[in-house]
Amino acid sequence: MSLIRQFEERLKWLVETGTPVGPVHFYIGQEAVAVGVCAALEDSDWVASTHRGHGHCIAKGVAVAPMMAELFGKVTGTNRGKGGSMHITDISKNILGVNPINGAGVAHAVGAGLSAKVRKTKQVAVAFFGEGSAGVGTVHECMNMAAIWKLPVLFVCENNRYAQTTPIEYACSVPNVADRAAAYGMPGVIVDGQDVFAVWRATETAVQRARAGAGPSLIECKTYRYLGHHQSDDTTRYRLPEEEQAARDRDCLKGFRARMNAGGPLTMAQLDEIDERNKRLMDEAVEFAKAGAVPEASELYTNVYVPDGKASR
Amino acid sequence: MKEPTAVRELSFGPSINEALRQEMRRDPNVIVMGEDIAGAAGRAHLGFIDAWGGPMRATRGLITEFGPERVIDTPISEMGFVGAAVGAAMTGLRPVVEVMFVDLIGMCYDQIANQAAKMHYMMGGHVKLPMVIRTAYGTRGDKRAYGGGAAAQHSQTLYSVLAHIPGLKVVVPSTAYNAKGLTIAAIRDDGPVVVLEHKFLGLQAKGHVPEEPYVVPIGKADVVRQGTHVTLCAAGRMTHLCLDAAQVLAAEQINAEVIDLLTLNPLDEETILQSVRRTHRLVVVDEDTPVCSMARDIAARVAEKAFDDLDAPIKTVTAADTPVPFSAVLEALYTPRVEQIIAAVREQMG
Repeated sequence: MSLIRQFEERLKWLVETGTPVGPVHFYIGQEAVAVGVCAALEDSDWVASTHRGHGHCIAKGVAVAPMMAELFGKVTGTNRGKGGSMHITDISKNILGVNPINGAGVAHAVGAGLSAKVRKTKQVAVAFFGEGSAGVGTVHECMNMAAIWKLPVLFVCENNRYAQTTPIEYACSVPNVADRAAAYGMPGVIVDGQDVFAVWRATETAVQRARAGAGPSLIECKTYRYLGHHQSDDTTRYRLPEEEQAARDRDCLKGFRARMNAGGPLTMAQLDEIDERNKRLMDEAVEFAKAGAVPEASELYTNVYVPDGKASR
Repeated sequence: MKEPTAVRELSFGPSINEALRQEMRRDPNVIVMGEDIAGAAGRAHLGFIDAWGGPMRATRGLITEFGPERVIDTPISEMGFVGAAVGAAMTGLRPVVEVMFVDLIGMCYDQIANQAAKMHYMMGGHVKLPMVIRTAYGTRGDKRAYGGGAAAQHSQTLYSVLAHIPGLKVVVPSTAYNAKGLTIAAIRDDGPVVVLEHKFLGLQAKGHVPEEPYVVPIGKADVVRQGTHVTLCAAGRMTHLCLDAAQVLAAEQINAEVIDLLTLNPLDEETILQSVRRTHRLVVVDEDTPVCSMARDIAARVAEKAFDDLDAPIKTVTAADTPVPFSAVLEALYTPRVEQIIAAVREQMG
């Protein structure tokens, strides 16, 4: 959580000081969701992300230096500079992609679940999606298919309450996205998305169910994005400062610290050390990103078609 | 002393806004619908209204005048609301829907290509379908990546896959003036019209826009620069590139004619052919990728109908035949550039 926060804070600073990184959707405020979910997964499990995907990548183990280099458009980036923030990913960490087409990644997770079932690998697949994407037809088709085929899929809704500027109470016909699980015959649970332990426990339960062959689950994490939809969005045009402050008062990192302070096992000094280490990692990441080469002109034409050859998997 | 006549200038987004506003005032059946076209939906009681207004703020302020019954924010449901526009158009409304970026037509292509475009034909001409789909497209194509850099799924041009569909009219404004006129024409048209709005026209598009409503006819190209040696033919932001190229070429005593297509389908073939018959050379500039593109379609039409008038092989300048890359240096190479147009003309002039 600390590393995700620092990555996003550093990126925000870079954007504000004029580094051209294209459109970015900050994850600040939602860190407990990515971390709680990924903590309950094996490395071999799959994750499909959203347009707001930096946190999912870091939680699944992608190194921050090549991520930063990607945002700088360098060949040393995770995607060789071809993807940028909205496609930043590392398939070797079993991430099916960060994806700015709403609901698209949900289908990929269902496909990964199907693949795991057919190949009998016991892997599970997580579909992260926002509450905005709960309005996308693909998501509903996918929930139905995953349920009828009993696929090992976790539908993790990160309900940060706003699709760009559109509030959930306007765009969703029921109070909770989790309410819709009943329509597809799967468990639907609501968890406090600011509590990393709550997210982790709910995910563990759903993972067990999925690995046992009992089918998918829907977990709705109630969370909040502190910043705008992207760097050009002014949140004061659609939400109250009191509401923003109330969300910040329930900050996942502060909550984690308070909990450790109350009962451990980590000491405050250890947490400070983690923060310090992460700060160094971010310094190194920015240096790495700056030092990388911009792509050669020939890179424009590479990777367009998958080369002929034997299947790689 | 005489007062100077004030010529009102508008930029691209505000001129589209004015077109929508005037048509909504004229006809109560005109509605607008899309994601965050107003913003902060349902929050007027908290003092929040009109928080966004679309990627170019073209719909900003409409909700305060026309209310949420006619300015409808939707959930993220392109397939649903574009399809609903088809149904609404068949039953008496004139919906104008906004698909935020043209890339997202993938989410509702059935409703556009199979439903909207063909309904009139399938029903033997017995139904009208007065609907407009507005959508933003394009790359910035220079090295200032901020604001560009939207990569493979938010930067495409994709007008070929729309112009390809019989029954669908496709228009591409290039200036504030023709944006207003084409938008009004699209709303008044009784069939489905797609309006493609470039994201990065900026100051190039700014200019005189009359305050009263007017129509720029669909299906008519505009000769925006007269010339005698070569015809440059383009749409949207590429028209401005052609004008820039023409200026450079003029210094070399090459006099280029520039045609702004404005409508891709139905294409104003006659204006292109007439021009080529005078200049005997044609360069088509296209921001879309080259395979099955407008550039090659136009080249083929001219080759079929005016081959004997040509003094040099037709040239096309298009985007690279690749997805749109993120990295600013690659995006600049991906997008057609003025120097490519100049090189194509020089080659033709021998």
